[in-house]
Amino acid sequence: MSNRLELADVTWRRVSPKLVWVELTATAIVLLISIAVGVGFWWLQAWVPMAIVAVFAIGTLVNLVITPRRVRSIGYQLRDDDLLFRRGIMWQRFVAVPYGRMQLIDINRGPVARLLGQSELKFVTAAAAAGVTLPGLLAADADELRDRLVSLAESRRAGL
Amino acid sequence: MSDVPPFPAEPASSPVPAFVPARAAALTDGEWHRLHPASPLLRGGFALIAVLGAVVANLRERLISIFIPRFDEGGDPIDYVIDNGFVIQALLVLLVLLVVFIGGFYLSWRMHTFRITDEVVEERSGILFRTNRKARLDRIQGINIVRPFFARLFGAARLEINQAGHNGNLRLAYLGSSAADDLRRDILRLASGTHSASSPAAQPDAVALGAQGLLDRRVGELLAPELDPHLAPPESVVKIHLGRLVGSMVFSESTLILVLLLIGGGIWIATTGKFFALFFALPSIFGFVSFYARRFTKSLRYTIAGTPDGVRVGYGLFSTSNETLPPGRIHSVQVRQSLLWRPAGWWEVRVNVASHSSNKGADGRANTTILPVGNFDDAARVVALVLPGFELPNFVNVGPEDGFTNSPRRAAWLRPFSWRRNGFATAPDWLLLRRGAIWRQLVVVPQPRLQSVAVAQGPVLRLLGLADVHLHTVSGPIRAELGALDVDVATGFFALVAQNAVSSAQRDTSHRWRSGEAPA
Repeated sequence: MSNRLELADVTWRRVSPKLVWVELTATAIVLLISIAVGVGFWWLQAWVPMAIVAVFAIGTLVNLVITPRRVRSIGYQLRDDDLLFRRGIMWQRFVAVPYGRMQLIDINRGPVARLLGQSELKFVTAAAAAGVTLPGLLAADADELRDRLVSLAESRRAGL
Repeated sequence: MSDVPPFPAEPASSPVPAFVPARAAALTDGEWHRLHPASPLLRGGFALIAVLGAVVANLRERLISIFIPRFDEGGDPIDYVIDNGFVIQALLVLLVLLVVFIGGFYLSWRMHTFRITDEVVEERSGILFRTNRKARLDRIQGINIVRPFFARLFGAARLEINQAGHNGNLRLAYLGSSAADDLRRDILRLASGTHSASSPAAQPDAVALGAQGLLDRRVGELLAPELDPHLAPPESVVKIHLGRLVGSMVFSESTLILVLLLIGGGIWIATTGKFFALFFALPSIFGFVSFYARRFTKSLRYTIAGTPDGVRVGYGLFSTSNETLPPGRIHSVQVRQSLLWRPAGWWEVRVNVASHSSNKGADGRANTTILPVGNFDDAARVVALVLPGFELPNFVNVGPEDGFTNSPRRAAWLRPFSWRRNGFATAPDWLLLRRGAIWRQLVVVPQPRLQSVAVAQGPVLRLLGLADVHLHTVSGPIRAELGALDVDVATGFFALVAQNAVSSAQRDTSHRWRSGEAPA
């Protein structure tokens, strides 16, 4: 497994395991809808659209099965000067965002996440491509983390 | 600058009007000022009058018959007015219309004010809906002086202060042509955080200029080179010869597309015999012709020169624009060459900047192409201007000693042509990414400008033990990415860049680029 991306000297903080349920709910809803559409096409005897929807449904099912692993792959670490973030199993991605580069930090909360008391932090820099969102934080932790990161960003603010 | 006496601390908050040329001092004194009195006309007043004139000329009879049903057709409306004794009424209506128009223009001009303080440039405008826009001096991304052809005839110019973000520009339209130049210099001087006042050398010539007649001055301004000779060496660092400009356009990707289209269309017509298809081709031919014409006239008077307050790039034949980019506003630079340009050895230089001027640059794209075409020496000179202290290495040659960390041989599965030249190099302040065999290119990212860094790997890359590296900069035409690097090399690069990005951003002072200068 030496081909995998790994970073040395990093102890990852994992997100809340309850995030699995948020993700599972969203995926399950997509699966149910696609099954319903597929059954509709089957009843209409429209085989080609049904096959397309079936392939999509199978993909969603696979997604559903690996959701727990995918959620476990999300991790972050608050280093001295930057935030390190990782996600993905098949498509791995590691991002390092210096605190001074954060332009604003959003807190988002979906309906299921709110039921489970979870929030999602979204970091925005001047670069559109960075796109770091950190899901699965307890609401109180998210607020605290946001305040801390905002003050860190303020103290290390550099130009653009 | 050596003959300016030293003055006390806090220079940024204590302007010294005595050292600033009189005309600009009047604008940067922190008070509210108005724009050029002809601004409303230049900004659309003429167009409005022309449209009204056309409407009235075309629909005159119809309009009159709507309002005055008894009007007998065929007669001249002026005869009708005189014959019926409506002269007073007609004149009154005309007078009211004129008063409304002129009053509107006057009010919009009167309500549109700006001021320049030591911290911000601020603009207020609008009659019913007031807008107020501020640009912090240390966040200015560039200052562009645009002279549309019509405004040029009147000796007026539009000053655009570019800020980061979509639609974040502050536009002062219009100012007197020389006032715009002075204002730009003084805004940049205030923004630079310098301790020395502006050079007084500009004054004698300004006086001499004022002594000439008005007409001479207009002609002088119209024909003057893009660059103010007091600020920059009047000659451009790079000259684009006419032949090279034409050649670069002939050997471009768009010509390739045009030729392919023509061949495809020719075959289609020859095989089907449907000559009426030519009619459908006409619009696209017009499109191509206007594309080439626009690109040609825009690039025709291209100039680039370094000033103490940044790089100045000028474009345009009839409508001109010339933009000053202060140091530290360039987020990445790309030097590239397509296969078609390789025999001639031509290169193109493009940049990513945080702001986007509303005025289009060469060839109608945004002002991100700062060298449309030039040989390698030209490209090296331009790169040295936009990235002070950086020397463009010879990145064309490939080999074990070429200074780049390149992809391993197994990357040839994914980069069959370019794996030998697919690599990066690091310098204390710069990150260099080299890639491409057909479109050879080098991307330089100044480390203090780097926003974040990512390393990524998909299943195919994992199978080969490779990974991708992405350097995130502000959005623009350049993507600073490098694919198919060795996994360990990629993670090492990622760790190094993540560490350097923080330290170099802390060292960086380019938002006040001359603050380090000792008081003269």
